Amino acid sequence: MPELLSVRGLSVDFVTDGGVAQVLDGITLDVGPGEVVGLVGESGCGKTTLARAILGILPSGATRIRGGEVRFKGADLLRQDPVAVNDRVRGRAITFIPQDPYTSFSPVFSVQTQIMDLMKWKSPRAGNGGAARSSFRRYPRERRRADRDAVLETLRAVQIPEPARALRRLPHEFSGGQRQRLMIAMALLPQPDLIIADEPTTALDVTIQAQILRLLRTLVKERGVSVLFTTHDLGTAHEICDRVVVMYAGQEMEAAPAEAFFARPAHPYTRRLLASVPSPGGEIRDIPGDVPSLIAPPSGCRFHPRCEYATAECREGRPPPRVLAPGHGVRCHHPVDAPMGADG
Amino acid sequence: MNAAGARSGRLNAAWFVLRRLARDRSALFGLGLIALLVVAALLAPILATHPDDVFELHPAERLRAPSPAHWLGTDRMGADVYSRLLFGARITILIGVIAVGASLIVGVPVGLVAGYYHGWFSDVLMRVSDVFLAVPQVVLAIAIAQTLGPSLPNVILALSATYWPWFARVVYAETRALQQEVFVESTAALGASPWRLTALHVLPNIASPIIVRASIGMGFTILTAAALGFLGLGPPPPTPEWGRTIAESREFLPDAWWYATAPGLAIFLTVMGFNLLGDGLRDVLDPRLRRSRAASDA
Repeated sequence: MPELLSVRGLSVDFVTDGGVAQVLDGITLDVGPGEVVGLVGESGCGKTTLARAILGILPSGATRIRGGEVRFKGADLLRQDPVAVNDRVRGRAITFIPQDPYTSFSPVFSVQTQIMDLMKWKSPRAGNGGAARSSFRRYPRERRRADRDAVLETLRAVQIPEPARALRRLPHEFSGGQRQRLMIAMALLPQPDLIIADEPTTALDVTIQAQILRLLRTLVKERGVSVLFTTHDLGTAHEICDRVVVMYAGQEMEAAPAEAFFARPAHPYTRRLLASVPSPGGEIRDIPGDVPSLIAPPSGCRFHPRCEYATAECREGRPPPRVLAPGHGVRCHHPVDAPMGADG
Repeated sequence: MNAAGARSGRLNAAWFVLRRLARDRSALFGLGLIALLVVAALLAPILATHPDDVFELHPAERLRAPSPAHWLGTDRMGADVYSRLLFGARITILIGVIAVGASLIVGVPVGLVAGYYHGWFSDVLMRVSDVFLAVPQVVLAIAIAQTLGPSLPNVILALSATYWPWFARVVYAETRALQQEVFVESTAALGASPWRLTALHVLPNIASPIIVRASIGMGFTILTAAALGFLGLGPPPPTPEWGRTIAESREFLPDAWWYATAPGLAIFLTVMGFNLLGDGLRDVLDPRLRRSRAASDA
């Protein structure tokens, strides 16, 4: 299957006062057409950095891309003219749902003003050269009307009651869940091929989370849009993903179809992570050891200092990708071949 | 249709702010005082009982106590204090509006540029404004007015030169804070030019603190202008400037009490008016407060 997005060996450094932090170390992952891929990992493992690197919105100045490729529909986004990427890809073919629905809207403009401003530049009916670099641009009446109809329809699809009235309101007049619905609508409106959702439900309470996740999954499946969904919450990943990629300290450890990921995880880190999910009545089991410093990361597999299976070869070099089953790959010298729960 | 919608939305917002303000008694009082000042200045020739007195001498009638002929008495030249007070309002407003306007024109762009760009240029801009802030405003204004000579344009120049850093500071801090917000970041990520980003997205978000600062700045500037006038650095006589009038009246105190009281009260009420309005606006203009306030309307 030709991949829609394939990241190959992507390495990103942050230059800090304390030294150079290797935030991403040779990340490789694929997202197929229409596929919902969960990117799972602890806070600080580089999920958000990866999401931003794909979008090309890493903070400039302190970040450095050390190597690798971000191929989208076959072309490497890192080696294309940034203006062209902005015109055709960012905000159009690839859109973004941010983590925090509270600071994502400008508080002083109505939702209508903000959504229509997006549509002016990024609607599927907007011609190329959609960069907002020129400060003024005509917005033809017919296109505005068509765009507005699309906006109303999409707001209905994300279950915003009375869309026409809702548009006239200010962002603070919506609840967090509704604002995130608006964000989902805005991510869908340019008719993208891929949506990157950076922990879109973290800021919401649990009952709303489930609603939003189901809604997002339904909408993208209807439209055949791929999603790369970062989360630190395994339950969220279980709810929404076709496939799960687990990251640890800037390296991807394992990628597997969702069922296999939860039923037969092969990487020791994945197994530890799944075992650490608190269950009612159960004891809380954490992973011994600490998350490593990214300025002086462990050699080889970055998980080896905390891994019960680690041997000398884990220290020497990063394990090469190993395919266990179709769609199930692991980067470990000692993958575990047992259903979850069998080892503890 | 959309443009009309947006326009009526903006009108609604203005109407909302006014309605909210009407509930805030002290802000309304401040607004009333300012309205009074504006009316006095605009209609000075009509309201004044002795409009010609401003520049004419009547030595025979000097230092008369308040009476039906001279509501607030007369001054050392025999001029009607009430009439001079009204014409003085024109000077006060002129100084305040031009000085604050010029400070806005200089300070807001400086703050936006310094806040938007990160680098040595921003640092230079902000250190320059820090230097201006480090010297007490009145002292700096006195130095400028003294150097350039006492005249109305020089007073305005001195006040503008000393007040713009306040706007630069406020705008700089707000711009920096806004850059962390996702909506600013994403607008930049979608390729908006710096001009578009700051003028269309950042500026509307920081309008409230600028408006509040301008209102309080009016009061502050008028007070400083009066101080300069009092020290003889304001427009020269016979201009009916309030600060100068107080200075002139000192030697006749306490007998001619009306002579100093009238301009003193006028300055006090004007400054209080702008400060109360500024405080009221600070509460009303925060868009995040709108819902709770709208809800409390019901």
